[in-house]
Amino acid sequence: MEPQWAVSISPHIRQTQTTAGIMWTVSGSLIPVLLLSIYNFGLRSLFITLSSVISCVVVEAICQRALGRPISVKDGSAVLTGILLAFVIPPGVPYWLPIIGAVAAIFINKQLMGGLGFNVWNPALVGRALLTAAFPVYMTAAWIPSREVSHVPILNYIWGGLDGVSTATPLYVLRHYGMEALTKQFGDLPVIYTNFLLGFKPGCIGETSAVLILLGGLFLMARGIITWPIPVSTLASVAVISWVFGGETWLSGPVLVHLLSGGVILGAFYMATDYVTSPSLKTAQIIFGIGVGGLTMLIRLKGGYPEGVCYAILLMNCLTPALNEWFRPERFAPPKQAPVAAAK
Amino acid sequence: MAGLTFSKGGVHPEEHKELTERLAIEEMPPPAQVALPLSMHFGAIAQPVVKKKQEVQEGEVIAVVEKGLGAPIHSSVTGTVKTVEPRPHPTMVRCDAIIIDRDPAAAPRKYERENWTTLSREQLLARVKDAGIVGLGGAGFPTAVKLSPPPTAKMDLLILNGAECEPYLTTDHRIMLEHPEQVVEGAKIMVKILGIKKGVIGVELNKPDAINALQKALKVSDGHDEGEIAVQGVQVKYPQGSEKQLIYSLTKRSVPGGGLPFDVGVIVQNISTTVAVYEAVTMNKPLYEKVMTVSGRAIKRPANIKVKVGTVLSDVVEYLGGVSDDLLKIVSGGPMMGFAMSSMDVPVVKTTSGVLFLNSKETSIGPYGPCIHCGWCLQACPMGLAPKEIGIYVEAGKGHLTERFGIMECFECGCCAYVCPAKRPLVQFCRLAKIGVKRGS
Repeated sequence: MEPQWAVSISPHIRQTQTTAGIMWTVSGSLIPVLLLSIYNFGLRSLFITLSSVISCVVVEAICQRALGRPISVKDGSAVLTGILLAFVIPPGVPYWLPIIGAVAAIFINKQLMGGLGFNVWNPALVGRALLTAAFPVYMTAAWIPSREVSHVPILNYIWGGLDGVSTATPLYVLRHYGMEALTKQFGDLPVIYTNFLLGFKPGCIGETSAVLILLGGLFLMARGIITWPIPVSTLASVAVISWVFGGETWLSGPVLVHLLSGGVILGAFYMATDYVTSPSLKTAQIIFGIGVGGLTMLIRLKGGYPEGVCYAILLMNCLTPALNEWFRPERFAPPKQAPVAAAK
Repeated sequence: MAGLTFSKGGVHPEEHKELTERLAIEEMPPPAQVALPLSMHFGAIAQPVVKKKQEVQEGEVIAVVEKGLGAPIHSSVTGTVKTVEPRPHPTMVRCDAIIIDRDPAAAPRKYERENWTTLSREQLLARVKDAGIVGLGGAGFPTAVKLSPPPTAKMDLLILNGAECEPYLTTDHRIMLEHPEQVVEGAKIMVKILGIKKGVIGVELNKPDAINALQKALKVSDGHDEGEIAVQGVQVKYPQGSEKQLIYSLTKRSVPGGGLPFDVGVIVQNISTTVAVYEAVTMNKPLYEKVMTVSGRAIKRPANIKVKVGTVLSDVVEYLGGVSDDLLKIVSGGPMMGFAMSSMDVPVVKTTSGVLFLNSKETSIGPYGPCIHCGWCLQACPMGLAPKEIGIYVEAGKGHLTERFGIMECFECGCCAYVCPAKRPLVQFCRLAKIGVKRGS
């Protein structure tokens, strides 16, 4: 008998990029940021990131097992969530804290909603939001000064407690004490810009280095994994609003301080661009980005928190299904409209 | 120069044309037996007009369509009708076929060139019809019917589709290169049948030699003055050879959903079809031979070959030295829109433009994942549809609600599935959605 050959529906050739390939590429592009964080804040950065990644992978596997789904942790999406979750929490938190964030991110937000592709909110940011609500002290005070500025030994704080290592983030200082206090604590503006750009400042594990995040983002753009509309519109709206409303008088705000502080750049390139939770078409993406930037600045300038990127993105995530519905692709050649019957 | 192109979407798959694009068309010796399926065209299945043990000549009519759309079928060899029995079919799974044993002693039939310029439009059309010509690009729509647009249609342009945008396939390329004068003359015949003045041959810019050859042929043939034919390069981008896309590239006219090219005054013909028209009109030769590309990395000797319609694939494989052990999939047609075939007992039909033998490196069969909403399919779809939503609706059992995404305009080019990183079978989902819309549930 003649051997029977495989059959399947066309097309019979596929381009090579895969879901897992995308997840691992995005994860890989964040490694330089992690290395700088280890240099900045010590090995704590590494251990918290590991704790977060392992928790996310384990939670995902347990959920999939329990829900009777195929276990798909190899696709790298839980690993990426783990990295991003670690990157938006302060380096001084206890090592068990990311476990709770992982449960919120993966179990509640992702697997209970149907798994990969069905979550409404960005998983890492759901994790961060829950931790901020549940452990406000850790999440708003466990900062470590950059080694470049304070010359702390790299092995510091690994096992010890957190007594006396607290510092304040630039945004906190700016929000509560103003520009003058900011320059007093972090140096004159040129020094601030240089250190903030390179990442030598207190902040969340993966949020400090604007330049490394930008390089990672540009790499992802070159690989065609993310596109410009969301990052550019987010950064542009943060820049414009901080310039117009961020200063003592109108049109005098510290644009660069706002752009380079907190999670704006990481959020714009790595969080707001999450495929599942952001709209798919360019116009909708630009509106989404403007919304993220606008809400971020609203929270920063008028809200109770010094930083607003996390909630801004989570709020805009809620609007994604609507944006996807309002903005559909323009059809190449829809049927001609049937002549409307004359209304009686 | 980037060249003219369509307005939306499209992809750039690896071409793989290097396997066969430099190989001249060779004629495969006729096989000992042919199997001619009774359906090789769009429309009603043909009825046999020959009996068992009847002797038939090469080119003799053996089946006809009495009522409705269709085309007659001719014997591709001189020999004896053995039987009529169900055989595998490239797109219909199984279909009755007339089996003819070739008479090894019979000489190949010769055709003499005739002057056609004195024939009327009706006489020309009758030759196309009697020759059993159908659209050879794949759809198999009877060409005589296509060449008789309703009198209300204001026709002004004939487009010859030389885009050949499917990877691997080099059939039309070789025909344009080796027989440009036949392509040009076929175009002039069709322009005359249509009673119009203009024709344009659209060729993807990756075939500069074919463009050159056609331009030279056009200069030589200017004596007839049966209308103005031109060659136009178009951008290399899949699906440039899709009817609606090519019309837009060349004319900036868009055929509305549910409409046909003659709604915008255009008729599109495939290159092989044009040569078949040329042979039918200038030599009274019916369509029973087919030039096709046999390619892929699992066939020992890739080639462009002219075979008798009805030649069983296993004979073609034997002629080309067999297949390698890593053969995974046999595809009739191009890799983007072709049909996978489960056996080598399938005969070559009129619409077979190529057969690909793909190994596990070239093609794959694997699981797929959930949609991650990357939106790549939205960028790739040349019709501006929303494949990702259609797929999710179908998975949720709601395919019948996808009409608002334009599902009925989908022509299954495969761009969406080609780019999908989750490897979702989006073309399959789209087909199911169309069935759902038609059924209403």
